[in-house]
Amino acid sequence: MKEQIREVIREHGRLAVDVDTLADDADLYQAGMTSHASVNVMIALEDSFDIEFLDSMLKRSVFESVDSIAAALTEVGVPA
Amino acid sequence: MTITAEVDAAVVGSARRIADEVAAPVAEEVDREARFPAEAVAALREERALSALVPVELGGAGASLDAVAGACFELGRRCGASGMVFAMHQIQVACMVNHRGEGSWFDDYLREVVAEQRLIASITSEVGTGGDMGKSIAAVSEPDAAGTASFEKQAPTVSYGPHADAFLTTVRRAPDAEPGDQVAVLTRREQMEMDQQGTWDPLGMRGTCSPGFVAKATFPVEQIVPERFSTISAETMTPVSHVLWSQVWLGIATDAFDRARAFVKAAAKRKPGEPLPAAIRLSELMSQLSLLRAEVGLALREYCELHANDRARLSEMATILRFNNLKIAASEQAPTVCQEALGVCGIVGYKNDTPFSVGRHLRDSMSARLMVANERIHATDASLLLIAKEV
Repeated sequence: MKEQIREVIREHGRLAVDVDTLADDADLYQAGMTSHASVNVMIALEDSFDIEFLDSMLKRSVFESVDSIAAALTEVGVPA
Repeated sequence: MTITAEVDAAVVGSARRIADEVAAPVAEEVDREARFPAEAVAALREERALSALVPVELGGAGASLDAVAGACFELGRRCGASGMVFAMHQIQVACMVNHRGEGSWFDDYLREVVAEQRLIASITSEVGTGGDMGKSIAAVSEPDAAGTASFEKQAPTVSYGPHADAFLTTVRRAPDAEPGDQVAVLTRREQMEMDQQGTWDPLGMRGTCSPGFVAKATFPVEQIVPERFSTISAETMTPVSHVLWSQVWLGIATDAFDRARAFVKAAAKRKPGEPLPAAIRLSELMSQLSLLRAEVGLALREYCELHANDRARLSEMATILRFNNLKIAASEQAPTVCQEALGVCGIVGYKNDTPFSVGRHLRDSMSARLMVANERIHATDASLLLIAKEV
């Protein structure tokens, strides 16, 4: 799952650095992801994993790192 | 009444008195001369209203945001500039109260706000960021061995910059931090060099005295608000700004309506029994005002409810959308009400020296759409609407 998440971030996150240089718990916003780019990451994650996030998950802190995104995906039923 | 209800009633009551007795008599002069409403601010200090939101354990009144919103409405009704200065100060206080982290330097600073009734401004906009408050160019320098850091920031406007005692400034967390990786720093005027850029001669809100500045500050790092700015912005600065600004705009629009109503009553007295087209327009105007009042009131209740019981939801995109929409809707509706009031009053509303003048109201309310440009907020909302569910 985390490789698939990284793929989405690579495609849509517009980070200042290569996502592969970041640890799973690294802060994506500190790595240069803007609010606008984070929305594109969310949309692409919904598409890639064929799920819908709940409103309660759609906030900055949930999309802060690969780990926090993985936790949210697990919560909506994506197998780990 | 409970203690909180008594405190709240006192905050609103004293603001209403100051609005009527202190702000109203000089509102035209403040507007005409683009001068700071010093009398109203002095009276608010006297009533210790500048620390209304500081919790009781730090010596403040511990008033609710609901009460402060009521005070913004009352002041805005008599002098838009006084209302806006008061609102903006309370926003900075709310940011420090909510995000200071217990036992930090900010506990002591808030005690100082109570004791000295410090007036706090913000330096959030920056030349070169295209009006995006979520990005900074200026950064906190690497602290020296003694823990002292500095920043230099070019701000296109600093509301009441020439008159504030302290400033809450957004800057990047460190010299190598990304533009969106921001913190907020509280610095006293004595710790700063404030170099004014240009003049202040705008269309409206003239008494807010908000020219540009190059702000330089040197400060101990403990004066950086502990929580990151992205959290401060989502949970407090943005929604509280929109809630309190819109109360000021509602106050301005309400007074424009009241003036139109006084005009119609006077006309009806002069020609009793005759048909009065302006009376129909006034009735239409009331429905426009009530839409504004409903939007502003609903958002205030929602913020107070979420802040008290479900703070995490303030960061959700659906919530952010609603508070952004409040700003857009109220900033467009308030000038509409003022313009319609002008339509009711006609030439005596257009003239600046009659009891029915609404020119100042119209000009003041037109600033609303520029305070964080509506176009920018629409761009953010357009993006959030793609992903948020129930908005």
